Amino acid sequence: MRVADVEMHFGGIVALAGVSFEVGRRQICGLIGPNGSGKTTMFNCISGFYRHSRGDIVFDGTSLTGMARHRMIDLGIGRTFQNVALFRSMTVRDNMLVGAHHLGRTGFIANALRLGRATAEEAAARRRGAEILALLELEEVADEVVSALPFGTRKRVELARALISEPKLLLLDEPAGGLTHGEVDELGALILKLRQSFDMSILLVEHHMSLVMSVSDKVVALEFGRKIADGTPDEVRNEPEVIRAYLGEGDDEHA
Amino acid sequence: MRIMSSRLVLVLLVLAMAVVPLFVSSGYQLFQFTMVVAYALAVLGVNLVTGYNGQISLGHGAFYAIGAYVTAIMMDHWDLPYWSTLPVAAVICAGVGFLLGLPALRLGGLYLALTTLALAAAVPQLLKYDLFEGWTGGVQGISIIKPDAPFGLPLNADQWLYLFSFAVAVVLFISAWNLVNGRIGRALKAIRDQPLAAEAMGIDLAQLKTRTFAASAMYTGIAGSIAAIAVQFVSPDSFASALSITLFVGMVVGGAASISGAVFGALFIQFIPNIADQVSKAAPGAVYGLILIVFMFVAPGGIASLVRKWWPAGGSRARST
Ligand SMILES: Nc1ncnc2c1ncn2[C@@H]1O[C@H](COP(=O)(O)OP(=O)(O)O)[C@@H](O)[C@H]1O
Ligand SMILES: [Mg+2]
Repeated sequence: MRVADVEMHFGGIVALAGVSFEVGRRQICGLIGPNGSGKTTMFNCISGFYRHSRGDIVFDGTSLTGMARHRMIDLGIGRTFQNVALFRSMTVRDNMLVGAHHLGRTGFIANALRLGRATAEEAAARRRGAEILALLELEEVADEVVSALPFGTRKRVELARALISEPKLLLLDEPAGGLTHGEVDELGALILKLRQSFDMSILLVEHHMSLVMSVSDKVVALEFGRKIADGTPDEVRNEPEVIRAYLGEGDDEHA
Repeated sequence: MRIMSSRLVLVLLVLAMAVVPLFVSSGYQLFQFTMVVAYALAVLGVNLVTGYNGQISLGHGAFYAIGAYVTAIMMDHWDLPYWSTLPVAAVICAGVGFLLGLPALRLGGLYLALTTLALAAAVPQLLKYDLFEGWTGGVQGISIIKPDAPFGLPLNADQWLYLFSFAVAVVLFISAWNLVNGRIGRALKAIRDQPLAAEAMGIDLAQLKTRTFAASAMYTGIAGSIAAIAVQFVSPDSFASALSITLFVGMVVGGAASISGAVFGALFIQFIPNIADQVSKAAPGAVYGLILIVFMFVAPGGIASLVRKWWPAGGSRARST
């Protein structure tokens, strides 16, 4: 994926002032920066939730600029939400299966009459779903309604929903947010494992420095909507601009 | 094992509901039960779009009216058999639902509720309109004749119509159950719960909403057809906007996003007004309102959610019953 010179304004505020970077195949790219630096905005431009005013985002040779949101997943772009956006009245399993919606082709009539096509499609989705539930240790709560589950579990449900969609690029917005220290360590291991078994790229938007630095192949750092560093975790960690930006913010909890 | 026994109980229950009224009920009671079947289908239609998909419709009486008039016109003007009018009403209502759904569902929320309510208010006027009088019979309406049982079956007209309606309803209820528990049903509920995430999962909101509106209009339209045959008469004043509200009440009382809830809702809207009438001739509306409020307190998730607790496989949360 290539992001070229993307600009985004909110009224007078310049949230992104011409940012460019690339994410390679099977690469894990961390996107870091202090609060308000434009990480979420970048994330939303890529996933089509915001419309950038200039520049282009190209994925696998297809320009994403101006593309309908519901078509993103067909191209292989999966995502999670920073504040968890699950279907609250539905079970864990059903939430996940919605992620397989775009892989199906059957409509109202085939489903209402349980035509062979519909049952075959459903069985295939459920089979793959069962594997993903096992992988993310969600089997025990598979038939629980999600609204009753703890935050950390719900984040894993979101991950399951994104994974069943067979993404080529997985966008994760602050997956460590709200997790305990132990959970964050497990998450790091999980992200590495998922990249291995699902053969995909990951864009990891994260405030949590140690997590980003430990799993990323490359890191892009933003400040005030500009890119201030781009390289391996070690290069970025030692970049004076990055040190200044993070010291300036004064939160060594994440450093 | 529990699932098996649960299914067996359901099959036996449905068979009993089909057969028992034939032997124990008078002609008028059978007519009432046929109306319950019609209302159940109509409420199920509302439930698909409002309960499952979260699009509030206060105008489904309009589709009920269209279905009823399609049947009446076909039987009266062209002498067509009653059964042939059901698929025609289904297709016409689905088409009208689809066309209305295109602009209406973009409004969403409370504006959709108001727009559909306006539709319900307009329909009786349109039915009285001079230009259509040749078809609709204007304020006079249209009378039709109740069909006799076919193949020399030893059933009277009331018994046959109940059985016929019941069979149609069973097929449509099973279809709805299949629909809401599969790929499309999950997408409907996803849109209702969290539209942004649904879109990110590749669901085309506008397309799915309009198709749901069409399917739901189809169900309610078929209900109107059955009701027209049962009542043997259609007129504009039978389809005032109060009917739409009644169907909405049936959906909520029976249980939103519940297939069986449509049956309970239909029983409620068919029989509770009668009961209210017997309790107080002077203020039946007040009694009805009081009973409605009591139901909302006793069964806040709808009657279906109460019944689910008593059902043999009461724990199967995974399915929408
Ligand atoms: N929806 C919005 N409307 C107006 N301003 C916004 C909106 N989203 C973000 N911004 C502004 O854009 C800048 C970048 O924000 P954001 O992308 O959320 O940063 P981060 O995710 O890095 O904390 C901030 O100045 C923020 O106030
Ligand atoms: Mg953010």
